[in-house]
Amino acid sequence: MDPTAAKYIGAGIACIGMGGAGVGVGIIFGNYLAAAIRNPSAAAGQFANLIFGFAITEALGIFSLLIALLLLFALG
Amino acid sequence: MDPIHQFEIKNLLPIFRIGTTEIALTNSALFMLIGLGLILLLMLGATRSRALVPGRLQTLAEMFYEFIAGTLRSTAGPEGMKFFPLVFSIFMFILVLNVMGIIPYAFTVTSHIIITVAFALLVFLTVVIYGFWLHGLRFLKLFVPTGIPIYILPLVTAIEVLSFFSRPVSHSVRLFANMLAGHITLKVFGGFVVMLAGFGFLGWLGAALPLALTTALTALELLVALLQAYVFAILTCIYLSDALHPGH
Repeated sequence: MDPTAAKYIGAGIACIGMGGAGVGVGIIFGNYLAAAIRNPSAAAGQFANLIFGFAITEALGIFSLLIALLLLFALG
Repeated sequence: MDPIHQFEIKNLLPIFRIGTTEIALTNSALFMLIGLGLILLLMLGATRSRALVPGRLQTLAEMFYEFIAGTLRSTAGPEGMKFFPLVFSIFMFILVLNVMGIIPYAFTVTSHIIITVAFALLVFLTVVIYGFWLHGLRFLKLFVPTGIPIYILPLVTAIEVLSFFSRPVSHSVRLFANMLAGHITLKVFGGFVVMLAGFGFLGWLGAALPLALTTALTALELLVALLQAYVFAILTCIYLSDALHPGH
């Protein structure tokens, strides 16, 4: 296969990993919203935990995006 | 039309060179200085009057202060407040640099991994050095959680060590990749507008769609810029809390 074509296909495959992070972030915000509607008075106290969980989950998707960007722009 | 072109470092003012290494004022350094100047203006202007009933500028500065102080107290406890200057400086600097990057033709300093790695390593080394200085070898209890059955303890410890050392990587890459990906997306959609507009009258009608999307994405990027500065600050608080209380 042409190496350039393989590079672009690899970048596309690497982006699939972001789907998992999307599911994870959706679960985190969805569960936070569900809990916040049940008990609105406790919602503000858990905002820091929400952002922390979001950041940890999002990092994994960002890693796969980084691989895609490295393939596209950094590696030959 | 190259989406990476906007991140190019330009040499604005050569100062001197050591061997083959050139020391120069680049556009990155220039925007860092502008950001520093804006923070200084805000903080000096806000604390100049020190009124009991604060004015507009003082209210803004107090909001930032209370926000970071509250986050630090709730994650690292009251003794974490000795790290307040560090966390507040990092938060304000990243916030201002991120938001300045949204302005068209401005340079986004935080979209370069060398900048974010410098911040992440500063936090990481602060945690390691301060943790060993405060607790001595008891700091290593960080890797051995209590209440774990003895037969899976080696596995858990290995995972804890691995996750501790991957912290500076994820801490820096998160901010860098978010800013980089956001600005590339904006540039790509901006490129669609120009390409479609080249097709004549029908192209102009078609170009309205990506133009509207670019506007919406700019609003999203503003949210991401604020959120990532907050995420960086809160993770700094959580990592510093490990240096203060290693035994969980």
